Amino acid sequence: MPINYIYPKYDVVRDSTRCIKCGACMRQCANEVHSYDDELDVMKSDSMDCVDCQRCVSICPTRALKIIPAENRLRPNGSWSQDDIYEIYRQAEGGGVLLSSMGTPKNYPIYWDKMLINASQVTNPSIDPLREPMETRVFLGKKPGKLEFDRKGKITTKLGPHLELNVPIMFSAMSYGSISKNAHESLARAAEELGTYYNTGEGGLHKDFYKYGKNTIVQVASGRFGVHEEYLNAGSAIEIKMGQGAKPGIGGHLPGAKIREEVSRTRMIPMGADAISPAPHHDIYSIEDLRQLVFSLKEATNYTKPVIVKIAAVHNVAAIASGIARSGADIIAIDGFRGGTGAAPTRTRDNVGIPIELALASVDQRLRDEGIRNDVSIVVGGSIRNSADIVKAVALGADAVYIASAALMALGCHQCHSCHLGKCNWGIATQRPDLVKRLNPEVGYKRLVNLVNAWNYEIKEILGGMGINSIEALKGNRLMLRGVGLADKELEILGIKHAGE
Amino acid sequence: MIDATSLDLFELNRKIKSVKGRKIVINNVLGQRFIGSGVEDKKSIEIYGTPGNALGAYLNNCDITVYGNAQDAIGDTMNSGSITVYGNSGDATGYAMRGGLIMIKGSIGYRGGIHMKEYREHKPVITVGGCAGNFLGEYQAGGIILVLGIGSEDKVPIGHYCGTGMHGGVIYVRSRFRPKHFPPQVLVEECDEQDAKVIEKYVRLYAERFNADAERLINSEYYKLVPNAKNPYKQLYTNN
Ligand code: SF4
Ligand code: SF4
Repeated sequence: MPINYIYPKYDVVRDSTRCIKCGACMRQCANEVHSYDDELDVMKSDSMDCVDCQRCVSICPTRALKIIPAENRLRPNGSWSQDDIYEIYRQAEGGGVLLSSMGTPKNYPIYWDKMLINASQVTNPSIDPLREPMETRVFLGKKPGKLEFDRKGKITTKLGPHLELNVPIMFSAMSYGSISKNAHESLARAAEELGTYYNTGEGGLHKDFYKYGKNTIVQVASGRFGVHEEYLNAGSAIEIKMGQGAKPGIGGHLPGAKIREEVSRTRMIPMGADAISPAPHHDIYSIEDLRQLVFSLKEATNYTKPVIVKIAAVHNVAAIASGIARSGADIIAIDGFRGGTGAAPTRTRDNVGIPIELALASVDQRLRDEGIRNDVSIVVGGSIRNSADIVKAVALGADAVYIASAALMALGCHQCHSCHLGKCNWGIATQRPDLVKRLNPEVGYKRLVNLVNAWNYEIKEILGGMGINSIEALKGNRLMLRGVGLADKELEILGIKHAGE
Repeated sequence: MIDATSLDLFELNRKIKSVKGRKIVINNVLGQRFIGSGVEDKKSIEIYGTPGNALGAYLNNCDITVYGNAQDAIGDTMNSGSITVYGNSGDATGYAMRGGLIMIKGSIGYRGGIHMKEYREHKPVITVGGCAGNFLGEYQAGGIILVLGIGSEDKVPIGHYCGTGMHGGVIYVRSRFRPKHFPPQVLVEECDEQDAKVIEKYVRLYAERFNADAERLINSEYYKLVPNAKNPYKQLYTNN
């Protein structure tokens, strides 16, 4: 039926005066957009399956290519956007749930951009991080109410297990299966070099990566893939995944096609079998049940590892976090709704959850009000784009942040939002060996290290500008933030004043 | 030998882990949770009394026997070994277990064998002597669940919504009546010879352990529940 015809989103524009017909674009595009016409001796393209991943553009030696939004438009309509209409066509044809990936592309407010950071002038002198020591190390875990010392001044209070981070940045959960082995290796090696942690996601831990255990957080999700005693003990902390910002309230589904040999071995499920993570943990219906899982994991690891509980930022996040803080968990990770994903129903990704900035502010406030803020550390993720976002997050009350989309971008991700197709031309969200090969972990890990080091330096500079010499001293220091263009209610929730006040 | 009287779960588990020897017996157990979780060097644990939730969670290479009833989530994510219960067990028995054998003399609660899965040589098995509650084998991805329905011969010994979201593995039900009302993901089939062999193997293990009449149990009618299609979730999506 002609209504099923959906005009391609992009046009592939080739400058024939530049094209030397080397065929690189053809070999590089896993979506088979480019082809060579023998008879006419020209490179051709059919942009139908182009996802604008920019691979061919980046690889073309003569800069002959560009990808531009297709000009063909449906009749403009203020109520029904072209996407709205095409989505209806797709569903009318396929009858299924619309599936997307990465973070929502919709224009929701980004509160990071509506908060400005303070600096000291005249009175409290600013600090130059090049001249003076500046501490960005953080410890995550339960903090004791008081410290006791023996007569020699040694601490006698028994401290619980915690994580030590040289930088207030960790790589958040991305499973092996949703991303490639080379992507995982890049993350693991970068975490080791940086003195921070990466997170296995719910796909188990590949045998080759046990050696990075010191810098690994192992995840336990509802599907329990690849979870066994050795796995639990392999990392430095265990994360219970209750939810994910991009798809709160729903589970995961790694299609059988992506479960190849090594993924199968790591997840401990047969090749080709669907990997379904149910939406809830079926043993958790209450905070008391959560407590049971927390302690069963602690028992299995002899109380040597902190337990993180990760939740999506949803409406009642403050009350939920308060429950988690009382469940025995050491760290709460909150994932905002702009966070990325390897695959999620479009409607959930674009409509469920709340912005991380508001969630963080209300959780931190709630835990303080209840006097339990020191029982847990707070880690936030889901749309951290740069060092300024991190400074603002810490000022709102976070102990550290998780980054994932940004980390993938350092590895080459061009945000084509097509991870769920499994044909990532950048070797990240794919299991196809010829594509995975394109991501060299040796190069990848260095790029991640560069990115995080650069951010860490910027954080120090901004801290110094405020006259603060340790990130701990900024934590929850909301006086260092001012809002611009925010309504009273938003300011109230964020717990900050308006600029000029 | 450990006396669990008035020990809380932390004290008891610490004690279990510190006791030398590969075989231990624990008396007077009263609801202490997580017994057998994270015990690396123990070969067998005998429990007298009622152990609490999450007995044998992540269990590896260890045989646990309970002389009494067990509570919820026994064998959660268990990898290998066995749990034998001379009584009933609660909800989520064998949640996400990947290997090993759970044998319950009596009945189990809701959501038994939920999300259990198999992998290569690991093939988890749950044998239930009596009945199973609602949501048996929900999201089942592999392994075998065998429900014998002893003492409930006048009805189908499984509850409602059995096999919801099932996408692997098999459930055998001993019943004179054909089980009905399943979600679309589940098919009810007659057992073939291969199935009969599997059933016989686990029935004999059960009968030996609990002194039941193996021949009578073997020579009964069984139905088999299997997932409907290989990839039941595939059709659900439209690329966007
Ligand atoms: S999908 Fe990527 S590589 Fe293929 S034509 Fe489009 S931009 Fe180029
Ligand atoms: S990971 Fe790959 S497929 Fe996913 S958005 Fe990035 S470039 Fe595209």
